[in-house]
Amino acid sequence: MKKLLICTTLAATFAGGSAFADAHGTSACLITKTDTNPFFVKMREGAEAAAAENGITLSSYAGQVDGDHETQVAAIETCILDGASGILITASDTSSIVGAVTQARDAGLLVIALDTPLDPIDAADATFATDNFLAGELIGKWAAATLGDEAENAKIAMLDLAVSQPTVGVLRDQGFLQGFGIDLADPNVNGDEDDPRIVGNDVTQGNEEGGRRAMENLLAVDPEINVVYTINEPAAAGAYEALRSIGRENDVLIVSVDGGCPGIQNIEDGVIGATSQQYPLLMASKGIEAIAAFAADGTLPEPTEGKDFTDTGVALVTDAPADGVDSISVAEGKDLCWG
Amino acid sequence: MASENYEAASNRAEGVAQFGESRRGALAKLQHALHVNPALVPLFVLLVSIAVFGLLLGSRFFSPFAMTLILQQVQIVGIVAAAQSLVILTAGIDLSVGAIAVISSVIMGQFTFRYGVPVEVSVACGLLVGTAIGALNGFLVARMKLPPFIVTLGMWQIVLAANFLYSQNETIRSQAIEAEAPLLQFLGTTFKIGADADGRGGATFTYGVIAMVLIVVVLAYALRQTAWGRHVYAVGDDPEAAQLSGVNVNRTIISVYALTGFICAIAGWALIGRIGSVSPTSGQLLNIESITAVVIGGISLFGGRGSIAGTFFGALIVGVFTLGLRLAGADAQWTYLLIGVLIIAAVAVDQWIRKVSA
Repeated sequence: MKKLLICTTLAATFAGGSAFADAHGTSACLITKTDTNPFFVKMREGAEAAAAENGITLSSYAGQVDGDHETQVAAIETCILDGASGILITASDTSSIVGAVTQARDAGLLVIALDTPLDPIDAADATFATDNFLAGELIGKWAAATLGDEAENAKIAMLDLAVSQPTVGVLRDQGFLQGFGIDLADPNVNGDEDDPRIVGNDVTQGNEEGGRRAMENLLAVDPEINVVYTINEPAAAGAYEALRSIGRENDVLIVSVDGGCPGIQNIEDGVIGATSQQYPLLMASKGIEAIAAFAADGTLPEPTEGKDFTDTGVALVTDAPADGVDSISVAEGKDLCWG
Repeated sequence: MASENYEAASNRAEGVAQFGESRRGALAKLQHALHVNPALVPLFVLLVSIAVFGLLLGSRFFSPFAMTLILQQVQIVGIVAAAQSLVILTAGIDLSVGAIAVISSVIMGQFTFRYGVPVEVSVACGLLVGTAIGALNGFLVARMKLPPFIVTLGMWQIVLAANFLYSQNETIRSQAIEAEAPLLQFLGTTFKIGADADGRGGATFTYGVIAMVLIVVVLAYALRQTAWGRHVYAVGDDPEAAQLSGVNVNRTIISVYALTGFICAIAGWALIGRIGSVSPTSGQLLNIESITAVVIGGISLFGGRGSIAGTFFGALIVGVFTLGLRLAGADAQWTYLLIGVLIIAAVAVDQWIRKVSA
């Protein structure tokens, strides 16, 4: 809290400085799903640093829990009233938020979706996010390459996010299967594949408890599972506990997505085989730079070539590199990790 | 399990007196039996659901491995629900149970890793804080005469926010705990009975499961056989009558909430064993899940009637449905739908049983 205060004061001082130059200061808003998840904490740090650098006053808002839609709408309304130049938002409810976002854009604000694309994606001026399909594909390719010929006989557990199949969960899941070499059936739906190598899908809510429960459930279906895809690293840690309780932690390959610091540490300790690391700090700092450019001369951010969003990059982190899959080491991953 | 509630003690005498009245019919007899033994309904539902899933899924479900897996999966909810039962028996409700469990686990972890406190002391501190929060709830309910729903709604928010502020949402990893403070994972220790040569299959128990069963047994005994237990039922049934008959109502209520906090802290310890790590974001749904188990277990939300054994069966019913439907390949939403049906059915049965005393 103290840090935030200092940063805000710093930002305000810088904004004050530039106010003399161009007669009026620029301000921006950052709205995240929660302020407890380390992913969003890192995002806020990135935004604060970039705001200080660009002389922008930053106000941060967050929902109370993931899924707290009303607080986010109220935050957008406050930002419009405040006369902010732009809003960075990770939306809790990607389609319902569109009304409030449109209101902000009509009022002349630049709205950038961070991490989570809005539904439809063009409801925001730009989207700065991880290519989640690619993130999944990387761990899928790595798992297949690591198993070699045994990939033909793999028994795969798919530990997904939630029953409602949010976009991020579908992209990572389907990316993994594509990377592993499994026919996707409908690429917009999890669990409709008929490849016999898939033992089953279960949901984890992206936390340790859910990861353990889902892994136990799938082990009850087939105790011979030897490849485990997980939506994120806390779910992977939970799955590992389930495997450990039946003494199978050493003969199962666990892969994940996120790149948080505890997750990277878990690769070093042999809990997770490989993870795809994403960069929340970069999303936020690039977002603030885009708002600064927009405030200066109305420039709109350009999406990455061939994609409908700005890709902030993803890297495979592992200490056991596989042929034909680019990866970075755990040491490099630790330098870049968040949380 | 005989005579599980306060009213029943008097009603039973009445029942014996009416024994000769054959015109009461089978339904009335059933109604009376359920009134005396409220845990019979959830026990029946539990046995039927195990039988149905066993027939549908065969040995995949009806195996020592799957059966004990259910126990492992319900251990945290089971422990918290036992605590919740105590509060609900006094016609109260505790929405802060999950938050107390989580903050206790965070204190056990952070005291050890942040301040270097010996792990035994950290665990004791965690249990103490849980008890203190519970006692504060009890004080506000008993002395300040605030409604339990409001007190614990507020306490839930306060404790949860304190949990996030204090822990800085930092997870303590399983590997670090294993290396430096294995006592934190003590309740997650597993042992097997009847596994094959590779250590696979067979019945698998954890100390957490044993702790859950012990808590249920001890509470069931205390509620039935001790003066304190009878006071809990009396206060829930009619606090004024209890006061007039010499029960110290305030002290009973405070003791119930404090004990609830203590048991929730044990659940927090078991939670570390179960997920391996100390995670401040876990256990968010424990309050709702524990109330669900209590209601399905046949404890009346109006207080004074029901048994801990019923709650235990209620928690197991939820576990059986979750795993059974999962193995049957059904969409997870069916579990929630069926649990919803069970909740409403359980309350309907409760209302019907209440008529016997009317």
